[in-house]
Formats: sequence, structure tokens, C-alpha cells
Amino acid sequence: MIQSVLESAGIQAARVESEWWTIFWITTIVTVIVLAVLGIALKRGAARTDATTSHDAHLHRYIAFATVLTVVILFGILVRSIVTTRALASERVTDVMQIEVTAYQWWWSVEYQHPEPEQRVRTANELRLPVGRTVAIKLLASDVIHSFWVPSLSGKLDAIPGHEAVLWLRADKAGVYRGQCAEYCGFQHAHMAFVVVAEPPDQFERWIQAQRKTAEQPQTELAQRGLHIVQRSACVMCHTIRGTAAGGRMGPDLTHFASRSTIAAGTLPRTPEHVNNWLADPQAIKPGNRMPTLALSDADRAALVAYLEQLR
Amino acid sequence: MSATPVVQREITDEAIAAERIELARSWAQARGVIGFLSEVDHKRIGLRFIITALAFFALGGVLAALMRIQLSVPENAFLGPDLYNQIFTMHGTTMMFLFAVPVFEGLGLYFVPLMVGARTIALPRLAAFGYWMFLFGGVFLYVSFVLNIGPDNGWFSYVPLAGPEFGPGKRADTWAQLITFTEVASLVGAIVIIVTIFKYRRPGMTLDRMPIFPWAELVTNFMIIFAMPAVMLASTALILDRLVGTHFFNQAQGGDPILYQHLFWFFGHPEVYLIFLPAQGLMSTLIQTFSGRPIVGYAALVTSLVATAFMGFGLWVHHMFAAGLPEIGASFFTAASMMIAIPSGVQIFCWIATLWSGKVRFEVPLLYALGYFAIFIIGGMTGLMVASVPLDLQVHDTYFVVAHLHYVLIGGAVFPLFGALHYWFPKFTGRMPGHRLGMIGFWLMFAGFNLTFFPMHQLGLDGMPRRVYTYLPGLGWETLNLAATAGAVAMVLAVVSIVINVIVSMRSGEVAAANPWDASTLEWSTSSPPPPYNFHPATVVASRDPLWEDPPDQPIIDGIRTDRREVLVTRLLDAEPDHRYHSPLPNVWPFMTALFVSIMLIASMYTPWAVVWGSIPPTITLIAWFWPRRKEVDDETHPVEKARPRLDEATGPA
Repeated sequence: MIQSVLESAGIQAARVESEWWTIFWITTIVTVIVLAVLGIALKRGAARTDATTSHDAHLHRYIAFATVLTVVILFGILVRSIVTTRALASERVTDVMQIEVTAYQWWWSVEYQHPEPEQRVRTANELRLPVGRTVAIKLLASDVIHSFWVPSLSGKLDAIPGHEAVLWLRADKAGVYRGQCAEYCGFQHAHMAFVVVAEPPDQFERWIQAQRKTAEQPQTELAQRGLHIVQRSACVMCHTIRGTAAGGRMGPDLTHFASRSTIAAGTLPRTPEHVNNWLADPQAIKPGNRMPTLALSDADRAALVAYLEQLR
Repeated sequence: MSATPVVQREITDEAIAAERIELARSWAQARGVIGFLSEVDHKRIGLRFIITALAFFALGGVLAALMRIQLSVPENAFLGPDLYNQIFTMHGTTMMFLFAVPVFEGLGLYFVPLMVGARTIALPRLAAFGYWMFLFGGVFLYVSFVLNIGPDNGWFSYVPLAGPEFGPGKRADTWAQLITFTEVASLVGAIVIIVTIFKYRRPGMTLDRMPIFPWAELVTNFMIIFAMPAVMLASTALILDRLVGTHFFNQAQGGDPILYQHLFWFFGHPEVYLIFLPAQGLMSTLIQTFSGRPIVGYAALVTSLVATAFMGFGLWVHHMFAAGLPEIGASFFTAASMMIAIPSGVQIFCWIATLWSGKVRFEVPLLYALGYFAIFIIGGMTGLMVASVPLDLQVHDTYFVVAHLHYVLIGGAVFPLFGALHYWFPKFTGRMPGHRLGMIGFWLMFAGFNLTFFPMHQLGLDGMPRRVYTYLPGLGWETLNLAATAGAVAMVLAVVSIVINVIVSMRSGEVAAANPWDASTLEWSTSSPPPPYNFHPATVVASRDPLWEDPPDQPIIDGIRTDRREVLVTRLLDAEPDHRYHSPLPNVWPFMTALFVSIMLIASMYTPWAVVWGSIPPTITLIAWFWPRRKEVDDETHPVEKARPRLDEATGPA
């Protein structure tokens, strides 16, 4: 998975990457020149038998010259920075797809907006984006300050309680990009990641249509038992599985759990084994997270895993 | 001045010797336990500040090493999130509040009076009080850490994470109260140093003859006075939110978490310059001495210090670009952040010009100063990058910024500091520091530093956020993290070799003369280490570099009593003699006051009533502190008319 400022896959990150290389080369050249002059100064100074103050007027002139040059270079860098800022602002088009992302300790709730409430789609820790379409991500924080950051697509923006922030981004290359919370948010700040999947528009359309459906009905006996366990246990208090009795909002929406690639906010790949381990002892995998340890027998847990794994 | 009676007297070597004996008696340093607690000698207080701050530096370094062990491999189980979060918070808090600011305060207390040619500091009891507050604050923080109530919200303690709802227990209170301790210590230290510079300069040392290091201390301490109240407001409002249920930062009740960030960074950015500016003064000192010529561009250097201090207050928002601020405002702070590179550039050019035309001696202190160039310039360049809003939004809160800030603070402040500690080692101890071990220490430090922090630039660009206790494998961060940990090992070895060098040199180093490096400033005109009274006889200053350029027949300052602690107070701008003043005697009440204030501050974490009842004991000790004693009443301030000090030959530089 890509999580790099220097491997941009969207217009916003690409603009910053191009500014980065400009400033990188300017500053590198300046550093090399200054250190080279210092080296010459040391060589001269070490070779001299006695210090001299007779050329000070000359030296003052060189210092003034270097200072003026510094001002010019700084001005150049400033202009380059403002050019990028303005270019980024021009990408804030109005015809956008709107997504609301709410940051929780320590996971992300994602809601695709739609004028009709029943067409909205809620998922967690994974964003799917159609390639080439600008999205406006409205950032909210439910508890403390978090920061939404997908290096390959865009710079970061803080989600601050009581404030609303909007981040524009456009993925131009299909791929899977990793993002991570960038503002220290407590115990499990390190395990607050998410995945952005950029895919061709038709593929995205199929995905979002599927997400709008209610949860898959369990077909196997084992999975049916899993649903039964969900509905009679504490799961329903925190998680929503649309089409079942589970309607809690404290934790991630699980309606299409098995369509996602990771669990525990990007901590582990979603495999039946990992899901099983997670249900057995979530605190061992991500200490301090809000998921309680469930007192389930191995057989019950296997049923639960079977149910969750068919929630496509 | 014309009204002053001029009395000539013959100054003989015998008279001087007798006066020195009497001065040594009058300025005798205190003895015994009570004496230890009562000490007002500026060199001892300064040295205590320096040694205590270095001890905290070592503790902060141990914490850093633990973090590097934890991060050496992905998903390491060495430290859990709870401990790691406390450790990174303790590391930042220690380095900023218990090491960097106090160590330069200590150097100021030790060397400012010596460099301006004074007998002592102004307000020495206040300085002693400041030291005890600093010590108690630091001990309080570490005891809290051991008792598992150490702070864990980062050195910035952002709300709401540190607020009442999400920061249960006492951890955030500990942080907020530590700030109060360091506030008090820094503010009183600032007052002491500013008054010393303004009023205790030796006759002849007009402001434009003052060495650069006291200039840097002057500017820095003014910054402290303007910057610290902002963080005091922030930490006080935070602790009020937590303890008595106010809503300064509670957005649900009309408060605002962004307000906290503004208050914190209005202090937090100048804080960087509080650390950086004294080190700039040290750089000028080292470059001048080891180039063997007066510094090029004295006026430009002083102007740069002052300009940096002013601009330092106009940059705080660049720590908050990611908080989503209006663009026009952000651009202003980008421009200001870039502008501050200009005075730094000017200083670097002046130093290069000095080396260019000097006779360079590659002693260990100069090597540290040269390390500054290699490291700080890179840190300055990455500073330009993070000043740009779009770039900052990518690298903010990543390891790129960790690299940047260590390049700036270690390169810009710790390297000059280590250079200065080598440089002034003979003045502290009377013995020369060992050259070979010094070289080994420097090279280990230089190589270890770059190996630790250079890879972090790449880690940040590769997407690694700061303040994570672990990371997943497969993100391409493994090799660079391992390299950084290897570098940290080298830095630990460097510190060990420096400590060994200090111990060996103190025991068996070559005995140092008064001016072993052939430097130009007044601290080298007295013995190594200086006597308790600093100088006798003291000559009037006639130039910026008195030991190089003053004529040998400069007038001697006379007429200051030697049978008691008398100091000469001079005028602010021209350092003309103004009046004689009695410097306070050792006194245990500053210590007692600090003790009771500390008890009050710590108890107030548990009940707000502690502020009410706890303020009674310090009030009593303050009364005792200022209670006039007969001996001191007799020695009241002497107005100018009554007793103007005489200058031998009756010439000031007027």
C-alpha cells in the first residue's frame, strides 16, 4: 500500500510534490554553496599566520551581497509556495462528491452524502473514490482532535471538535492508498489508519450500489447462528448492521463488513483468522480500544466470524 | 560628575593583596547544609542550573533511547502505548522546559556578570529562588512519572485530549503545574539577567561594547518575559477547566480548543528562539576566539538577534496550518516564517567572514561550532519547507518535522552549547578539557546525530506520523528506523565519552591559566575558576575586546568597599558609575519560599483550597526573606552625591 508524499496519485498531492522538488533543489544548492564557502574560509583561516582586520570593508560588502541574495531566494520560495496554494484553491470545484468523515478514538466513520437520506452509505476505515472525480470530504471529530491524511492524495487537515473542515481531493490514478491519523489523539494514535481505494467510475458505481443494500441474509447454518449471537449480545449496542436489530452508532458500521480489506482501523488485514483473534481479545491486538472482550465460546465465535465474513 | 571629589591613591601590589583577602572574606561562599541552601553566589547558582539541566538532558536522552529501541522494529512489544505516550511527552517536556531553557539561564547567570565585569548578579536571592523552583518542578515531574501520573498528552498538551473529559486522572494536571514551576523559574531568572546587564556593567562597557553573548541573553530574557505569560494563561485555563469546571476550551459550552493552540504557540514558537538565540551568542563567542580576531559585523549580529526576537513572535500560526485557517492569514505567517531566515543568514555570513579573515585554531569548541553550520543550515532549509503551507500540510506531524526540529535545536543550540561547555570548562574547573577524548566525543556526536535524524526526513516523506508507539511492517519504514536507532546508540556513546572526559579532565587535566584560549572577553581576565568576588582590581573597559585591545594602563576602578558585599551600579546606556549598592547576603528564605510555593502548587492539583491556605506559608517566608537585618540597614544604598566611586586617574570614558 502506498503512503508517500513523493508518490502522488492525485492532483493535490502532485502539486505539492512539484513544489517540493523545486524547493528541495534550491535549498540543496544553497546549502552546498554555503558549506563550500565555509570550507574555503576554514582552509584560508587555518593557513594564515595572523588574523587580519584590514579587509573588513570588503567582507562587509560580501555579507551585504549574500544577504540581498538570501532575500531574493526567499522571495522566490515564497512565490513558489503561494503559487501552489492558489493552484490548490482552484481545484475546489463545485461539482463534487460529498463525503462526511467523522474521526473517533481510534477509527474513522465514513458517510457518502446523498440528497435522499436512504441513499446515503455509511462505512468505516475505508474510502472508495471514483478516479478523476473531485471529492469534498467534510471532517468532523467526535471526541478529540484528529488529522485526516492520505499522503499520496493530499495534505492533511485536522478534525477539531466543534469545528467543521473540508478537504478537497481527486485521485487520478487507480490504486490503494493508505492514510493515517496525523494528530496525536491518545492511546492508540498509532493504530488509526484507513484505506483509500481509487477505482474506475463504473466499478465505484457498482460498489456504492452494493453498499446501499441492507445486510446480506446469512445462508449457512453457521452464519445464521452468528446473526443470532449478534442480536442477543452486546454487539448491537455499538454497531449497526442494517437489516438486523443491530443499530448502535458507537462503533464502525458492519453492514458490509466483508467488503472492506482491513479490521481495527487498518491494523490487520481482514482474514477470518484475524477476525477471530480480534473477537477473542481485541485488547491484545489494539490495547485501549473501545471494543470490549466478549465472553464467547470458540464455537460461538466461529459462528460470528462466519456471519461477519459473508457481509459483503 | 564634576562635583565628585577625586582622591588619588597609590595602588600597590601589597594593597591589592590585602584587599583581595578582605574581599574573599566579604564574599565568602556559604558553608554547611544551611549554607548550601542559602547560597547566593552567581557562579554557584549558575553552575547548579547548568548541572541540573544537564542531568535532565541525560534523563531526556535516556527516554529518547527507549523510544528509539521501541521503534527499531515494527510492532515491537518493548514499550506499550501507555508507557510510550508518557515517555515521548516526558522527553519533549524535559528537553524544552527542564533542559534547554534552564541551561541557558544557568550560563547567563554564570557568565553574564563575568563578561560584563561585575562582582555578582543583581537580585541574587531571586536567582536562588528561581533555581529551587526549577529543581522542585523537575523533581516533581519525574516523581509523578514514577508514580504513574506523568503527563501523556505531548509537550503541548492539546485540549480536548488533555481536557477533563478525555484526560482523566492527574496526568494533564502534572503537566500544567510543571509549566507553572518553569514559568516562575524562567521569569525570575529573566529579571535577574536583564537587571544585571542593564545596571551592573563595568564602567566603560557601553551597550555597544558589550560582548555578543550578554546581548543574546538580554534579548532572550526579554522574550521570556513576553512569551511566558501566554503559556501561563493556557496552562492555568487548562487546569481550571480540569479542576474547577470552567469551560475555556470546552466547545460544547462556548469555549474553543483552537484558542488553546493559539495561546500555546504564541509562547511555543518564541520558546524555540529562547533556546536558539543564546546559542547564537555562543557561536559568536566561539568563532571570535578561535579566529583570533574581533567578530566581523558586530552591529549586524546584534541587530540580527533583536530582529529574530521580534519576528519570533509573529510566526506561531505556522504550527497550526493543519487546523484549517483562512488562507490569507496563513500566507502572512508563511512570509514571516521565511523572513526570519534573513537574520540567521546574516549571522552565518558574519561568522564565515570572521573565519575567512582569522587565524583559525581547530580546538574542540570550534569543532562544535562548525558542527552547527553543517547541521543547522540543513534544519534552516527544512524550516523554509515547513513554512510553506502546502508543503507543511504534507509533512506536518510527521517524522520530517521530527528531523527538522532536531536539526534546528540540536544543531542550532546543543552543538554550540557543548562547544561552549568545552570552551568554559577551564573557567568552571580550573583545568583544561582533554583534547583527544573531546575529539572522539565530538565526532561520535556528529556522526550519531546525522545517522539518527537524517533518515527521519525520508520517513516523514514516506508517510510516517509522529508520536506513534509502533508501526506496521510493509510500509517501507523498517530500514530507516533501524538506522535511526543505530545513530542513537552512537549519540549515547558520545555522551558517555564526554562525561568520561569531564571526569578525567577534572582530576588530572592540565591546570588552566586565566586565559588559556587567548580570548578577548572579561571572564578570561580573572583566575580560573574566578574568586567569589570575580575581579580585583577591575579596570575600566575601553573597547569591545578588552583583553585584546584595551591599553595596559587603563584606569582601575577604586572606592568600592571591600569589607562588605558592595557593588557598583552603573547607568543603562553608557555604563557610567551611578551609585554603590549592597548586594544581599546568603539567606535561607528563598529556599523556604520555593519549598512552600511548590507544596502549594502540587496540593492545588488535588483541591483548589490549597491555593488559599497554601499561600499563607510562602507569605510568611517572603516576609522573613525581606525582613531588614541591622547589618543590612547599616549598609543601605548610597546615593551618588554621598559616595561616588572613584576611578583612579579620575577618568571614566566620558
